[in-house]
Amino acid sequence: MKRFASIAFVTAIALFLQGCAGWQSALDPKGPAASELAWLIWFFTGLCAAVWVLVMIALALPLMMRPRERAEPLVVDADADNRKLRVVLTAVGLTAVILVGLTLLSFFANRTLAAIGSDAALTIRVTGHQWWWEVRYEDATPSHILTTANEIHIPAGEPVRLLLTSTDVIHSFWVPSLSGKLDLIPGRMNVLDIKADKPGVYRGQCAEFCGAQHANMGTFIIAEPREKFDAWWNDQLEPAAAPMSDEAKTGENLFLKRPCVMCHKIGGTPAGGTVAPDLTHIASRQTLAAGTLTMSRGNLAAWIADPQGVKPGSHMPVVDLNGDELNAIVAYLEGLK
Amino acid sequence: MRCAVAVLFPVVLMLVACQREERDTRPQSALGSGEQPTPVTTLVPGGQRPSPTDNKAASFEANAFHLSEGKRLFGWFNCSGCHANGGGGMGPALMDEKWIYGSSMESIHATIRDGRPNGMPSFRDKIPDDQIWELAAFVRSLSGKAPSSAAPSRNDDMMAHPSENRMPNAATLGKSP
Repeated sequence: MKRFASIAFVTAIALFLQGCAGWQSALDPKGPAASELAWLIWFFTGLCAAVWVLVMIALALPLMMRPRERAEPLVVDADADNRKLRVVLTAVGLTAVILVGLTLLSFFANRTLAAIGSDAALTIRVTGHQWWWEVRYEDATPSHILTTANEIHIPAGEPVRLLLTSTDVIHSFWVPSLSGKLDLIPGRMNVLDIKADKPGVYRGQCAEFCGAQHANMGTFIIAEPREKFDAWWNDQLEPAAAPMSDEAKTGENLFLKRPCVMCHKIGGTPAGGTVAPDLTHIASRQTLAAGTLTMSRGNLAAWIADPQGVKPGSHMPVVDLNGDELNAIVAYLEGLK
Repeated sequence: MRCAVAVLFPVVLMLVACQREERDTRPQSALGSGEQPTPVTTLVPGGQRPSPTDNKAASFEANAFHLSEGKRLFGWFNCSGCHANGGGGMGPALMDEKWIYGSSMESIHATIRDGRPNGMPSFRDKIPDDQIWELAAFVRSLSGKAPSSAAPSRNDDMMAHPSENRMPNAATLGKSP
């Protein structure tokens, strides 16, 4: 029985530690903000663990030691009392020093975090929706402003300023490998500066419960070298690719005639809805439905055919399409690279 | 043991109350949704025709989820462009007691689906049938025709009119019963 319990305990710990690995971990920092926070986490944990061990030892020692026999129990022993007083005062003093020290560390870590984006050249507006992320790249030239969804491309090694807001409920933007979390609040703009040291894909997650599909509200930060990022931005500014095959042409027509067009935008076509993700270059994204499905023809079809099965409660309604119509629309969307 | 039963039984009974309503998010396409003819007048030869009712009408009418979805879609699809938050502008007001084509769920559904003369466009094929039912349920709440326990409450932003669950019944407004 005891052995079973210990095996269960070790397994549980091993499973928990699994959570520390992978592309979404605060203990696996890939940017200056996350490094600062990871260092803080380790220092706080280490120091508090040391204090806890010392307190436990101080508690255990007197329990194990045999009390000294005194000849006259009622006589005041001034030396012993002074010694006890000194020990207590030292412990109180150390506690105060440690608490003030940790507060200062936290304060200076915050200053470092705040300074990361002071010279950010790129500003991205991230708007939370139930349950996806609208991403808008700001630019002084209006024709360079770019709107996309769920995936945030950034240049690696450069600070980026994110302006966070929401249209419905409070969400929270959290990419653990790059920075701490910050809320997206309706009617309010929060500023979060992030920087990825190296190119890579970092997963993020809504970190404030926001409704039925909160768990399926993922995002990806894709850090690329500057020239690749610029090329990506220019590609994304292009209108949607014209459908090549007959099936895709039928798909485009259906898209514009059926309910899709009421909510979604496809640049270069009359579809101009702004309440749902921009689909101009949907096939260039890696996932569908805010990180719920990987991008593939099959998943695209599954999502359009039954969004309420894939993501129950999401605002994408089930649209009555027959098999041919579904295939045509999928063929069209698949070509929107 | 008996004590545990005495505690658990009321707890289970209370948990039953947590089931408020069903959220029906999938259409029943097998029923041939939304193709039923809807009479716009009771003036028919040969006496009263039976009014066909859709099962969606009954289940969406007093359902808080579908009412709030209707409210969201009312904003998303820019119904306010003509109906101005229900107060009326280019299109008729929706919060008064006047109903040109009838106030039943079926009538409003038919208005949105097929359009009406003098401006109301048809949204057939543009809005899935269930979403039209949701809009119809919400439109009824604008004139106090939805139960206040289910109609949407406070807006998150500026309110153009009292929240739908506080809208007075337009038919009895200002008249003593």
